[in-house]
Amino acid sequence: MKNASLGLFVALNLMVAVPALAAPDQDQIEKGHKVYDKWCFPCHGTGLGKPGTDALAARGQKPAVLEERTDLTGPAIKTFVRHGVLFMPMLRKTEVSDADLDAIVAYLTRNNKP
Amino acid sequence: MRVPPGVSAADFAEAIRRFEEAIGKEWVFTSNEDVALYRDAYSPLMGEPDEIVASAAVAPDGVEEVQKVVRIANRYKIPIYPVSTGKNLGYGGSAPVLSGSVVLDLKRMNRILEVNERNAYALVEPGVSYFDLYRYIQEKGLKLWVDVPDPGWGSPIGNSLDRGGGYLMPQYRNHFDSHCGMEVVLPDGEVMRTGMGALPGAQTWQEYKSGFGPWIDGMFSQSNFGVVTKMGFWLMPEPDSYLSGTVTVPRHDDLIPLVNILNYLENTRVTNGMPDLASPLLGIPMLSEFAARFDQGSTPFDRPQDAELTALIAKAGGNMSPELDDYAQRKGIGYWSCKLSFYGAAKANAANWAFAQEKFSAIPGAKFEAGESYKLPLTPEQREKVHKPQFGIPSLAMFSIGARSAMNPEPSNGHMWFSPIIPRTGEAIFEANRVFAQAAKELGLPFLNFNLPSTYWERAFIFIFAFPVVRDIETNKKNRAAFRKLIQVAADHGWGEYRTAPVFQDAIMNTYSFNNHALLHFHETVKDAIDPNGILSAGRYGIWPKHVREAKS
Repeated sequence: MKNASLGLFVALNLMVAVPALAAPDQDQIEKGHKVYDKWCFPCHGTGLGKPGTDALAARGQKPAVLEERTDLTGPAIKTFVRHGVLFMPMLRKTEVSDADLDAIVAYLTRNNKP
Repeated sequence: MRVPPGVSAADFAEAIRRFEEAIGKEWVFTSNEDVALYRDAYSPLMGEPDEIVASAAVAPDGVEEVQKVVRIANRYKIPIYPVSTGKNLGYGGSAPVLSGSVVLDLKRMNRILEVNERNAYALVEPGVSYFDLYRYIQEKGLKLWVDVPDPGWGSPIGNSLDRGGGYLMPQYRNHFDSHCGMEVVLPDGEVMRTGMGALPGAQTWQEYKSGFGPWIDGMFSQSNFGVVTKMGFWLMPEPDSYLSGTVTVPRHDDLIPLVNILNYLENTRVTNGMPDLASPLLGIPMLSEFAARFDQGSTPFDRPQDAELTALIAKAGGNMSPELDDYAQRKGIGYWSCKLSFYGAAKANAANWAFAQEKFSAIPGAKFEAGESYKLPLTPEQREKVHKPQFGIPSLAMFSIGARSAMNPEPSNGHMWFSPIIPRTGEAIFEANRVFAQAAKELGLPFLNFNLPSTYWERAFIFIFAFPVVRDIETNKKNRAAFRKLIQVAADHGWGEYRTAPVFQDAIMNTYSFNNHALLHFHETVKDAIDPNGILSAGRYGIWPKHVREAKS
């Protein structure tokens, strides 16, 4: 557990603006969008009844909607998906494969400033 | 790598090799990192040495692969634990009951095999989630609704096998009752179909439940007698219209006739959606309003901000109080309310609501308020603002009850539900409040001034409340001890839990002890007969295989 907590701590601190290292692949971004819509949007999307968005807003995160962020990093996204945080459970590889997770990263970092 | 209890490292290594051979190396998870994904995210034992964890996980794709895994497990006596989508949060998640079991992850079996619009049923595999089925129906433009739990992730098969519930008409609201036909891989690896499915070429597997002879489907719910690989469900044809109306009554004791009349109206199908009890006076919201309250920036338990009322509520301590009755009537605030839902033809809904008002008018001072009225399907704007599960739309909004929000800045890490079944009477609600408030006081637990039960089931209430799971081990230990005490307190009053997390399953099964545990002995007799190696879901719902029982004794 200590390791998981440490990982989360590191991830939280990685969530400052980090430039994207390579130009995003459009196909990968589109795939990531689909995976995001299926697995992430019901909690982290826009609109009413999105507890993930509400939780980030309550932490003072602006914007609170993940799709609108420009400061997310691959390691941070992967840590949250694979470890969960508070009420958010981890997602297994039979749900979101490593390839799917790479695509989510491509989608959520697509607007990061180079 | 952790090795299952009672299994040699060599046998386990060989079993893993054979699992890989049977279903592909990619789908056998043994690394610590991968196996950790099968932890119960809401485990009441989180971070403790005896947290229940898996040794490995295998994810077959198809009934034949499930059979292979089960046969290998038998050969090497490997305990395996099937999960459908593993989202039974608060009740064990994707973790086993016996630590060191290999999780049989059925998520890859995610095919929607049939959705029949004409006769309103579906046949699905275990990995199909409520969202999957809903999206499929939407994409095809079918006029069918799925009764979803709240929050609505998880799967029709997993939720129904753990006997969850929803909001729609009674014949769909009890998810296990709404199933029709199963395919099961038995502990010896054989495949069996229940109901009409036992007839080769049956044309009515999803249309007639019981087939011929003993109807055994119930044995595969909350149990460890087989791996369900297909299951049929009756779906609700999209109704013409939806109408709601709320009755409010002024006095404490009015809850008794309120429930009596409600029962009559439900059991005669005058109202056919899940009724929703609340207390405007005590600030107890309707279940359907819980999540929306967070969106509106208030807590679910807001009550009128009035020092006199606060003092009166504290003084009453959940009991009948003439002063509170007097306050409610002076201020014109209802003591209790109940929202009724009507699905059906608009004219019939209106007539049924009128009849309901006529019946509730027997309670002096009863007031009525018309609620939502929709011609279905909902418009996109309506969909956005309604409580989605009441319209067959899966939603995760209910997670707001525990997640961080402006109103809940210090969220927990999960929860465990204490959920005894009590009679469907006002007297039972009062008695349960009195008993559990007293127990909470003795145990040093916070307890709300009053708790209203959930109304999923037509013939009984669930007096449900949550214990938080936090990162502090001592707090979790204290809560677990209190939970166990409440199990006994409930049993002493004739109330038993309907469902629970693995850590409490033995304790609760132990309370179902009529005639020296005759029911459990029957379960064990069946278990020993059909699963002599005790490989399948050891310990689930308190049913342990013989070798574990002998080791314990």
